[in-house]
Formats: sequence, structure tokens, C-alpha cells
Amino acid sequence: MAQHLKSSSKSILLNILRHNIGFSSPSHASRHLRHNLPHGPLTTRLSPNPITRYCNTMVDTLSSIGSHEDTNSQVMDFPGGKVAFTPEIHFISESNEERVPCYRVLDDNGQQLTNSQFVPVSKEIAVKMYSDMVTLQMMDNIFYEAQRQGRLSFYATAFGEEAINIASAAALSPDDVIFPQYREPGVLLWRGFTLQEFANQCFGNKSDYGKGRQMPVHYGSNKLNYFTVSATIATQLPNAVGAAYSLKMDEKDACAVTFFGDGGSSEGDFHAALNFAAVMEAPVLFICRNNGWAISTPTSDQFRSDGVVVKGRAYGIRSIRVDGNDALAMYSAVHEAREMAIREHRPILIEALTYRVGHHSTSDDSTRYRSADEIEWWNKARNPLSRFRTWVESNGWWSDEAESDLRSKIKKEMLEAIRVAEKTEKPNLNHMFSDVYDVPPLNLREQELLVRQAIKSHPQDYPSDVPL
Amino acid sequence: MASLLGRFCRKLVVPGSAHGSRMTSTTACGSETVKSLNLYSAINQALHIALETDPRSYVFGEDVGFGGVFRCTTGLAERFGKNRVFNTPLCEQGIVGFGIGLAAMGNRAVVEIQFADYIYPAFDQIVNEAAKFRYRSGNQFNCGGLTIRAPYGAVGHGGHYHSQSPEAFFCHVPGIKVVIPRSPREAKGLLLSSIRDPNPVVFFEPKWLYRQAVEEVPEHDYMIPLSQAEVIREGSDITLVGWGAQLTVMEQACLDAEKEGISCELIDLKTLLPWDKETVEASVKKTGRLLISHEAPITGGFGAEISATILERCFLKLEAPVSRVCGLDTPFPLVFEPFYMPTKNKASSSSSLSSPSKNTHFLIHGFSRLL
Repeated sequence: MAQHLKSSSKSILLNILRHNIGFSSPSHASRHLRHNLPHGPLTTRLSPNPITRYCNTMVDTLSSIGSHEDTNSQVMDFPGGKVAFTPEIHFISESNEERVPCYRVLDDNGQQLTNSQFVPVSKEIAVKMYSDMVTLQMMDNIFYEAQRQGRLSFYATAFGEEAINIASAAALSPDDVIFPQYREPGVLLWRGFTLQEFANQCFGNKSDYGKGRQMPVHYGSNKLNYFTVSATIATQLPNAVGAAYSLKMDEKDACAVTFFGDGGSSEGDFHAALNFAAVMEAPVLFICRNNGWAISTPTSDQFRSDGVVVKGRAYGIRSIRVDGNDALAMYSAVHEAREMAIREHRPILIEALTYRVGHHSTSDDSTRYRSADEIEWWNKARNPLSRFRTWVESNGWWSDEAESDLRSKIKKEMLEAIRVAEKTEKPNLNHMFSDVYDVPPLNLREQELLVRQAIKSHPQDYPSDVPL
Repeated sequence: MASLLGRFCRKLVVPGSAHGSRMTSTTACGSETVKSLNLYSAINQALHIALETDPRSYVFGEDVGFGGVFRCTTGLAERFGKNRVFNTPLCEQGIVGFGIGLAAMGNRAVVEIQFADYIYPAFDQIVNEAAKFRYRSGNQFNCGGLTIRAPYGAVGHGGHYHSQSPEAFFCHVPGIKVVIPRSPREAKGLLLSSIRDPNPVVFFEPKWLYRQAVEEVPEHDYMIPLSQAEVIREGSDITLVGWGAQLTVMEQACLDAEKEGISCELIDLKTLLPWDKETVEASVKKTGRLLISHEAPITGGFGAEISATILERCFLKLEAPVSRVCGLDTPFPLVFEPFYMPTKNKASSSSSLSSPSKNTHFLIHGFSRLL
């Protein structure tokens, strides 16, 4: 039946086309069609008006049909390129049988896997990586506590994601521009942002580069090429693509790097950005921290694909899935990706699988939607710090003494940073009105006068720690 | 019907270009050669100049490569190359987001949104990224090099999705500027100013004027300042404020009113955000009456902002309530467009006032015949 259908479909087509060349009236051809068309369910495949369906590809089909008698090797040109025909009605499965494998170098205990490929790291880099992971964790702990004590209004930790933060930063160059989400302060830390600078932003004092305008953890540093955090999810992704395009046009040896979570991959800006990056051939790294949770929403409520890595192919983007809790794997993946991005002018998608050990933020209590056991398991069994420490120590580059020295040093520094930040006065009131535009327009100058008058009349209604 | 014909079938005399009215457009240098251009050609010229004078400037958007659906980008790709002038995928949030990123790296990104009706997917990027980029970073970063161009407004047959005037949404966003030119000469100068302004600008182009409006446009590189309104017609009895294509309608109304002995002062706002309150205030203090007109629906339209501000500043000088003659509170209709539009014969709702003196009564009655 199928064979008969194929050849008769082909002959219908040929007849229609042959008649179309000589005759302009469609009725002649369609008369032919009605005559030859077999009846059956598959006849609905041909559109009611075969002339309009085929005539714009007439030239191509005529030549290809003439030369290929074997239906199986028939090829047709559509805008976008040649596609082969298939006589089978076959739907591509919604997922591969096997999930995309996850690249790792170290096992759960921090032992290097025997056949693992990775980019070697020097002692200096490895020690700095580990130290910064410890620093990040301690900084998070102490700021979190400060918020609990009422000294900070808000905080969000990166517990469990220290390897993603530090190892990715270590694999980049200082000229690579970063477009963070909000859980990547480790990249700033690696590049030299001091604990004092972090504290200044969290306390919104006059030394905060952001001039006290945003909530804590909304860091930014132009000297460290780290664009200021905005809380809106995934809006930074298309921005990173534009920045990458600029780097390409200026022929810089640098790429743009942008971070986002599993939740962020559902936003429209994710799809917009990946598509643009592929079309514009922009050297940008899309690093997804798939930590299993978007506040209380688990990934099963977020998407039904095999995570985020498979989405890259949909946009024509090379992608990799990595163990986000394996510092060496993260380092290698980002290192390789960066090189490809810059050399080949292409985007790369990296899905780093990890776990959000902490709550979403200080406004969240995650035990309300997940078990304490689950959190504990990830904190212990898959801890990025302990795995990497094992490897660093196995090279003879670290010790218990070094660990305790580091920890006491950081604790001291952190407490001092908080003490100083808390004491430092807030930014001047005029900074409410500056930087809305490059120069304050008249309406803002007027509004400032009005506000100052109101303060003068009722000083008790206004916070006294903002200098006027 | 006459008004309908007048609107759509005549080549327009550009407001402010005749009758010896005061023209204050600045020109960059002394002698100027001018050329008769329509709006899209003037915009095109501005874009050519912008790309020529800054090698780190880019023009992109949907269909921009072949010249654009309104021909505003004709010749740019051929002259400056496909790396600087290019098509983008069909995705407004991507177009603007990408533009912000380019601008954040110190480039000038002149982005085209094909119709203002389609700008909304980019609204998040505009409000939450572009408008706050400098402020939130403490001036460490900015995306001032971003200019978003979009055709807006009625075109005679556009219906819901090819006729919108969304300027009011953007005027409510501190951190961006909103600019709307009334004519080819104005458009070129204002667009160059917008592109070079160190703040992100949304530039709405009255699509109806793309071909309809023809004006002598200087060929050289010149800029018209932002946030400076222009009195394009002096008068003493009433102040009229508008922008974009609506000014041509308002000028016709002024001519009609003149025949009745009513002297109208017509102001082109040009920049809606931040807007030049001082010029409007000075005018209303002189005339005592204000009428605002825009195509966008009346409720929540930008006319409300102007009205409220002028009431605050000029209350004791006002001889009548501020009047707004605007589009209706409906989606922009197709068949009903002539009824929807604030044409010159439209009755002003403010005509139902009581006023003691004969003079003012006549004037208010005149309003109802004016617009």
C-alpha cells in the first residue's frame, strides 16, 4: 500500500508540475489530482490546493524528482538548506533514552578519577581556589548571621555552589566581563573584591560603589568587570550577548560570561539570549547553576526536558553538563569553553549540576518545602569544599594548619569589615537624585528641594544616619 | 469627511515651517544646504551620519538589513557593513537586551522596534535594565548609548496593532528619555541628539509622516536639543500643546480659530521625558488657557501629567479648566478610526463650562469647534 502511495504521489506531483509549466489554469491540474488520488487516510497529507503548495519550489523539485527515482534518497531544498525525505511517520522522541552524562574529574570523596581529562592547575591557583572557596563560605556564614541579628536587612548565601563560583572565575581572565544573577559573589571575590567592599554594599554605606541604592548582595564593580546585580531573573542574559558582540567587534581576547539558575532558564530572556548568541556568533558563556530549586520550586515543576544542557542544541549552541560541585571539572569546562568561544566566535552553554544547600535567602525557610535530610546529605556527601580539599591535600599543597590559619584570619577580617561598615555613614541624600540621568534634570532638582524642606520641618520623621 | 481627507490625502505642510512663525531649531554651522526630504529619508540621513561619525555605533532590528519596512535604514548595511547594520531574530526583548549590552560596553546601539505596538516584550529590559543601569551601579556602568526607535501612531488603516501610541507607559520610567519629532527636519536633529545623549532614549517616529511630510532638511550634521519645547506658533488667547503627527492637526485647528479671531499659541513638546515645563508654564501664564491633544487614549495619557503640572503652577492664571482632546479609551479601531481620532472638529469635553464673561464663553464655545 505504501509503495503504491509513494509512486502515485510522485506521479501526481509530476503531472501537476508538468501541467503547470504549460497551463496556467489550476483546474486542469487539480482535475488530474482528483483522478489519480488514491483514497485513504494518508491522502489528507496533500493540501487541498496542491498548486500553491508546490509551485514555489517547482524549479528545484522538478530537477530533483527527475534524477532520483529511488524515493528514499529524495532530497528537497527548503529555505535553510537541504532536508532528506522520509516515508515514515516518525516523531522525534521528547528525550534521549539516556540523560546527557555529567563531566567530572573528582569522585565524591575528592579522589581524581583515573581516566579523567582535565586542565591542570598550578599549586598557586589550586591553593587560591580552595582558599577563596573557604572565604566565600565563611563570608556567607557571617553575613547570614548578621542578618539574623538584625544588623543587615537581607542576605543570600551561595552555600553548596562555592566550586561553581570560584572555579569558573579562576578559569577566566580579568578582561572577561561578567553578567551575574545574584548567587555568584565568588567571582568578585576571586578577582579581588575585599570583604570590606562586600560589607559596604550590604550595609549601604557611603563607601558602597552602588551608593546605597540597592538591597544587600547587589554587588557591582567596573574595575573588576562585574556588572551590577539586578534582581530580575535572566534579564542579564541578552545583555551579555550584546557585550560579547562588542568584544568580538573590538577584537578583544575576552568573552562575556553570564550566570543564571535552573529557574532562570524558563524566562523568555534565556531563549532570546541563546538564539541571539548563536545568530550573532557572540563569544559568550552561558553558565547555568542548576541547583535543583527556584525558591520552593523544584526542577520537576520548572521544565520537563533533560535539564538545561539539552536546550543548547535547540539554538545551535555547543553545550556541556558538568558536576558543579567538582572544582576541577568546573575549571576545565569553563577554561575550554572560553577558548572555543573566543577563538571560534561562538556561544557555549554550561550546565553545572549542583545543590542549593542554603535557603533561597534570609526571607526563606526551605525546610518548609524540602526535607532537612536532603539538605544535610548534599552538604556532607557532595560538599564541594571537602572534595577539592582532599585533592589539594593529596598534592601536598594544604594542611590542617593552613586551614585553621586561614579560617581564623578570615573570621577576624570579616568581623572587622562588618564593624567598620556598620559604623560608616550612609551616602549623602543628594545621591538619591544623582545618576538617574547623567545630569539631574530640572524636575529632580526641584524634588530634592521639596524633600529637603520636608526634612527641615519634620526631622524626626526621617532616618538620622543619612547625611543631608 | 473633509477632515478625514485633509488628514490622509494631502501632502502636509509641516507645522511651524510657514507663516513666519518663530523657528528655533539650532543648526550646527552657518551656511546650510538643504534638501527636500520626507520623514523616513530624514531619519535615514541621521542614521548615516550617526554611523559615520562614531565607528563604534550599530543599527539593528528586524528587517533592518534590506532597508527596513519603512525604508529608514536604506543603504546602511551596504555602506557600513553587515557587522554594524544587521537583521536580528524576531524577538524584541532580545533586540533591546542585546542593545543594552552593546551600549554598556561603550558603543552606540540604535535599535529598531518594527512598530511601537510590539515594544512590550522589551518593556522589562527597558524599565528594569536600561532605565536603572546607571543608578543601580552607582554610575560605575551606564547604557547611555542606547536609542530605541519605533514607528508609532495612526496610519489610516492600522487597527489595533499598527497604530498605537504607547508613549505614556515610558514617560513613567525615571532613567530613560522619550522623544517624539513632528517633522523631517526635527526628526533628523532630534534623532542625532538622542543617539548622542548619554542616556537611553526611546524615540517614537510618527509613521503617518514617513512619506506624507516633506520638508527642507539641512544636509549637514546638526542636533536639536532635548527637553526643550518649542513655540511653533505664537498667540495670546490659548495655548495648545502636542507632539508628533498631532501637531499638523492642531495647526489646522489654529488656522481655523484664527478666522474666528482666536489667537492660538502652539507648542511642540518634542521631549516628553524629561519635559520642558517652563516653556508651557510661561505660555499658559500669558494666555490663561491650555488645551492638550494626543492620539493615545485620554485616560492615563501623557496629557494628564501636563494638565496636573500646569494646574499646580498656573492655577491662579487659568481662566478655564485645562482641556484634553485625545484618543478614546478603546483599542485602536479600524473602521472607526475617523471617529476615534482627535481630529480638529472634535468636540472638546471642556466646552461644558460655565463662565461669566461673554469673551470667555465665546472662546470656550470656540474650543468645541476647534478640536
